[in-house]
Amino acid sequence: MRQWLRRLTRRNEPYIFLVLLALCLLIEVRSGQFFTANNLVDIASAMVVPGLFALGIYMVIVSGGIDVSFPALASLTSYATTKYLLDAGYTGGIWLPMAMSLVMGAALGAVNGVFIGFFGLPAMIVTLGTSSVFKGLMQGALNSVQLAVIPEGMRQFGTDALFVATNPVSGLSSRMPVSFLIFAAVVLLVFFLMRYTYFGRGIYAMGGNEVSAHRAGFHTRRTKFFLYVIVGMIASAAGLIRTCMMQQNHPTNMLGMEMNIIAGVVLGGTAITGGAGSVTGCMLGTLLIVIVENSMILIGIPTVWKSVFVGALIVIGTGVSAMQVVRANRLAANRNLTQEAAKA
Amino acid sequence: MSGMARPKGTLSTLYAGNRHVFRLVAVILAWMVFMALTRFEKFYTLINFQTMASQFPEFGLMALGVMLCMVTGGIDLSTVGIANLAAILTAFFLKAVALPDGGLPAYAIPAAFALAMAVGAVLGVFNGLLVSKVRIPPILATLGASELFTGVAIVLTNGNAVSKLPIGYATAINSKVLGNLIPVQLIVFTAVALVIWFLLNRTTYGVKIYLLGTNATAARFSGLSNDRLLVKTYMLSGICAALGGMIMLANYNSARANYGSVYVLQCILIVVLGGVSPAGGKGRISGVVLAIFLLRLLETGINRFPQISSYYISLIWGGVLLLVMVLDYFSDYSAGRRLKRRPAAPAP
Repeated sequence: MRQWLRRLTRRNEPYIFLVLLALCLLIEVRSGQFFTANNLVDIASAMVVPGLFALGIYMVIVSGGIDVSFPALASLTSYATTKYLLDAGYTGGIWLPMAMSLVMGAALGAVNGVFIGFFGLPAMIVTLGTSSVFKGLMQGALNSVQLAVIPEGMRQFGTDALFVATNPVSGLSSRMPVSFLIFAAVVLLVFFLMRYTYFGRGIYAMGGNEVSAHRAGFHTRRTKFFLYVIVGMIASAAGLIRTCMMQQNHPTNMLGMEMNIIAGVVLGGTAITGGAGSVTGCMLGTLLIVIVENSMILIGIPTVWKSVFVGALIVIGTGVSAMQVVRANRLAANRNLTQEAAKA
Repeated sequence: MSGMARPKGTLSTLYAGNRHVFRLVAVILAWMVFMALTRFEKFYTLINFQTMASQFPEFGLMALGVMLCMVTGGIDLSTVGIANLAAILTAFFLKAVALPDGGLPAYAIPAAFALAMAVGAVLGVFNGLLVSKVRIPPILATLGASELFTGVAIVLTNGNAVSKLPIGYATAINSKVLGNLIPVQLIVFTAVALVIWFLLNRTTYGVKIYLLGTNATAARFSGLSNDRLLVKTYMLSGICAALGGMIMLANYNSARANYGSVYVLQCILIVVLGGVSPAGGKGRISGVVLAIFLLRLLETGINRFPQISSYYISLIWGGVLLLVMVLDYFSDYSAGRRLKRRPAAPAP
């Protein structure tokens, strides 16, 4: 039991959970509106798109890489899909748009994968470059403009509700979107992939030490390539879901999301240097950012303070986890020293 | 003897040492020739070059700061945040000291620059402490700090632009010196670039940060104070960014929390394009300055073709960046193979 507790305090997830809990209680005390059915449903639905992005970026960061191209990738695939289907007068269900997005997402992810996996170029710079290229393709080649209408099937998918939660006091009601199911499925899938498959273990091994992972028999190049393909697919699905939920396609309004998503993932205990992190932590960190962004008004803090809070959260959160790493290293070093001394 | 490495001519050693610089010069020349053939009369005008020279210092100054951080193996994503915050504070200062008739007292402009540099230095030291003492990875530390600085700027201005500045400042910076030829912005940029060139190539500070970027552990065991070096580097980057903010303040004649937000990634692009290794320890200021010129020339050149959407510029930048990296990959790869084929030197 003591050991279990000690192990728990070394991890990041319990801390972030406590911070999250404290924040929720603070909002509840200040507004009395936090733990109401409709607010919780609102947060769950606000979580879908950032959550999907976070899952993808979590896998990349664990592998020791980073991806800043996913908002551009998602914007490009969702715009191309919506535009093409609108022009074709498509009236069917969500399946065809989703399939189209996934195929495009996989192809664009493969571009990242080739540069990062096969040429071994630094992930940050490659994705910066591809992000620029994707944006250029969307705004230049596709001549993107805001699409105020989207195909009927997509609109349907965005407005369909699993259930509706109503606040008995204020009378406001919120719909739980069907896309939450997709989100939940991807969470489980990523959890399974990272924990129980050769591929996932390879990602962890690579993030710890790429050369060792290769020597130990992991196909590091191939793993990296498919990793970026999968991340591209997750991002494109998120982009399409966002378009459906917003009932319109605004080509540039996802751009610039990348930094907050990365911050959430790292807050949740994923080591930016790779090799460590969990799906639970990643989701908690993202939830923290989503709640801070969505619930400031409930505590009565004017929205102009939002960036200050998010920035402080990133600095303090990453600072605490960085200090923990330093402390753990020092402890380990001391232990080695005492062992050496004992031997001598 | 066969198998021994041939002694190389001075030209080829020069080329080997400055491969990146030569390549950038070649690309710039090719582009200049292309523009001369297609749009000579629209591109090769004095006013066009003067406009370019007054615009590129905005992001050029920031890129110089990012370069210093990248040489140490770090990165600075907070340059634009610092630039805007410094510009906003300076704008408040200028409005406060303005004379009743709208003019500025003589001390105002030097004082404004001093103020901006001080703000940049303080914010940079904040970054440096986060990176060195708290040991947050630079990319996250400066990302968080950037959000924080932007946040403070939004709170200070309520998200609005600070405008109606005393006219004296913008006219002073937008004027041209030396017979109405050279924009002041270019002078500021050149001065800062020379200072950084001097620091990197003629002082121990430069040698130290290259060592720090190549191998931080080796640097520590050589007796360098890594923490202090990092704080200094991020402070310099902060000062560069703040000066970039001053140029933006003059060019737009107003300051706002979200000006120049595209410059964050653009600076990194420039620095990498200029041959600075993101892993640290490598890079020359000449390469970075050339990359800054190249991007400005490309953008201005493309704007001379009205039928090409200006949105293609981001596609071209990204493409150029990827191309340069792949070229580097193949040239390093063949250099590595040459090295392997060479027989081992006889033991002394």
